[in-house]
Amino acid sequence: MVAYYLELARRSFKRNVALTALMVTAIAFGVGASMTTLTVLHVLAADPIPGKSSQLYFVQLDPRPANGYVPGKEPPQQLTRADAEALLRAGTADRQAMMTSGSAAIEPQGAGLSQFFADGRWTSADFFAMFRVPFVAGSGWAAEDDARGARVAVISLALAEKLYGTTDAVGRTIRVAGNDLRVVGVIDRWRPTPHFYDLNTGNYGRGEQLFVPFSTSRDLKLERSGNQDCWGDPVGDLLAVGAPCVWIQFWVELGTPQKADAYRDFLVSYSEEQHRAGRYRRPANVRLRNVIEWLDFKHVVPKDVRLQTWIAFGFLLVCLINTVGLLLTKFLRRSAELGVRRALGASRRSIFLQLLVEAGTIGVAGGVLGLGLAWLGLWTVRQQPSDYAELAQLDPAMLATTFALALAASLFAGLVPAWHSCRVTPSIQLKSQ
Amino acid sequence: MHFFPILSTLRRHRAASALIALEIALTCAIVCNAIFLLHDRLSRMEHPSGVVEDELVVVRLTGTDAQSDAGSLTAQDLIALRAIPGVRSTAATNMVPFGSSSSNTDVSTVLDDVNSTSAGFFLGSADLLKTFGVKLIAGRDFVPDEYLDLETVLANRGHIASVIITRDLAERWFPGKSPLGQALYVYGKEPQIIVGVIDRLARANDVARPNDVSAEVSGYAVVMPVRMSYAEGGGNYVLRVDPTRKGEVLAAVGPTLNRVSPSRIILDRQTFAEVRQGFFKADRAMAYLLVGVSLALLIVTALGVVGLASFWVQRRTRQIGVRRALGATRGDILRYFHLENFILTSAGIVLGMALAYAMNLWLIHEYQVARMPAGYLPVGAGLFWILGQIAVLGPAMRAATIPPAIATRTV
Repeated sequence: MVAYYLELARRSFKRNVALTALMVTAIAFGVGASMTTLTVLHVLAADPIPGKSSQLYFVQLDPRPANGYVPGKEPPQQLTRADAEALLRAGTADRQAMMTSGSAAIEPQGAGLSQFFADGRWTSADFFAMFRVPFVAGSGWAAEDDARGARVAVISLALAEKLYGTTDAVGRTIRVAGNDLRVVGVIDRWRPTPHFYDLNTGNYGRGEQLFVPFSTSRDLKLERSGNQDCWGDPVGDLLAVGAPCVWIQFWVELGTPQKADAYRDFLVSYSEEQHRAGRYRRPANVRLRNVIEWLDFKHVVPKDVRLQTWIAFGFLLVCLINTVGLLLTKFLRRSAELGVRRALGASRRSIFLQLLVEAGTIGVAGGVLGLGLAWLGLWTVRQQPSDYAELAQLDPAMLATTFALALAASLFAGLVPAWHSCRVTPSIQLKSQ
Repeated sequence: MHFFPILSTLRRHRAASALIALEIALTCAIVCNAIFLLHDRLSRMEHPSGVVEDELVVVRLTGTDAQSDAGSLTAQDLIALRAIPGVRSTAATNMVPFGSSSSNTDVSTVLDDVNSTSAGFFLGSADLLKTFGVKLIAGRDFVPDEYLDLETVLANRGHIASVIITRDLAERWFPGKSPLGQALYVYGKEPQIIVGVIDRLARANDVARPNDVSAEVSGYAVVMPVRMSYAEGGGNYVLRVDPTRKGEVLAAVGPTLNRVSPSRIILDRQTFAEVRQGFFKADRAMAYLLVGVSLALLIVTALGVVGLASFWVQRRTRQIGVRRALGATRGDILRYFHLENFILTSAGIVLGMALAYAMNLWLIHEYQVARMPAGYLPVGAGLFWILGQIAVLGPAMRAATIPPAIATRTV
């Protein structure tokens, strides 16, 4: 029966090629635009570390001077070096790491390569286990290495291949800003999206290529980058332990909500202790947000992308209404034909089904074409010079969503006209002939 | 004329008429808001910088390791760059308008004021104002002996005596009086004396990037007579050049700096036009998208009107024949379809205006855009009336050519 309906649909399309093409194209463009923007949104709003995003917390304290204090106001979004080192020493959480972004000149040993800059992260031992960084060789460094400023480094797969032509680089020497460091680990491709643990270097920044213990980075005076806020017109070295500047991100892993509550209490008591010692001038003002809360607070997903998604769905809606209107008129025009079929014994249900098949066919055609357009749209997005451009890829989940959307859209577009038209009264239609 | 007959016809095609009116309404609402957003983006992209954009080339430089002689290398760099043919003047600074890194400070007429204003914080070598080409509207530029090295300032071995501020900042702190000679706390425990006022100098974050939640007030900036080396973050070299020789100068920058010392890395070398383009790239992408979607919507809607009208013409062939046979002229038939379209479009526009207003309210709430000027609505309405009339022209002309004889045939 469905085959017969498909044949009827084909004949109907042939009678109005231009109109059928218009309906298919409209649905295709609507679906294509919506899926392009939805895919980008889906990628950008993704959980960067699934399964662990509710156990990793970002620590904020308020060491600023008393003037300008407003109760309840958001504390700075980074820590001072003194506080970060104190929290690291305290080791109260399951795991904890202090970190800052940086960059350093690398001098390749082999001939033919000139020196270049690598993006780095100066951090502490727990970083790798806490963020589940995958290793292809070796491992991270140990807490003792942090304590004694060991001359060690973890490098990315790409850097290992560039420098040594192999990923098995453990034990090799890397020359960083004029200092020899020993490679202890090589990490696999790793790019958490968004770049949640440090949003100062771009929300969707690429991962780093070089990881060095924080203490070592200070001994060697490696350059740091990112945001730094100071107060009280500081003099001298702004990266020193005592400098009144915040520039370090601090993450902790807390396995259960109870532990999180306990850690929050610990931060409050730490602040009060600092206040009593005269280092802090403000009442305790701490924040402890997990990854999801932190990304949400930082409005990481670009507003433009959300707006574009709304616009695209508005466009799809107009395309759908357009198709509903055209199908309705088309079906109504065939009232006479449908009347004859009814008079010859076709049930209302089979008329409904016939029209729905016709509408569905348009939908599937529009969906397939729309998928092509979405692919093209994403390709266009990837050509854009934004830092998330290359992430815009169609994954299986979004592929399935596209098809579902196209089919649902066309069936919806067909439902109303089909239902409207299958109620024709055969006698009136026959008489009007 | 045919107003009431048309209404009763439309009532017979209630569903289709309602749908096309709804489509016009939605398109109208979206397109009005899209054009408004587009206008908003285009005006952002034209945000003035205050510098002579056409004549500037910007080079960003960094050292490869801790260098003690970075200060003297910076001075040598500037001299070497000035010697490139086509270069008129050079300066080193910590920030360029719409550049990649921003530097801000809180200023006030009282020390440690809670109500201080955030202002762009420009530190520059001699000739910075001349190189940027900013307009000095009062007072004077810095004199040579006012310049200090950043190292000296940070080590607390010297006090910056003077500052030049923008007109907007002057009006914020000294409304209605001359700011020249006034004291302003910009850096340190002692204030700086304002020696000059410039028309405008945009900081790197003078307009918020579209996704930036922490927008700074635009137009506020201070310039301090402080030399800093590239190793201290002063590695933005600004070159004022002959606009016709930018290409040549850009090509010569690398070799020139390498001759001074090969121990540095050039991060960027761009014309100011490229700097601006880079900063506003998201706005440009959004502008293209808005134009594209608006055009697509207008085309789809117009085609929808054409499709619907064509169907109605076919369906009413006999009725039109009868009317022609009874004496209606071609013009009457043409007018009939145009009027019908006008009624449908008007219904759509009325609904569309309300929707456009609601959509704008939602955008104001969610995206902090401005209120849409009322002028958009009549312009939008006019656009849709014209669009509808053009779309229906083809089907209406076909209807007008239906011969009266058709009435005598059975279809």
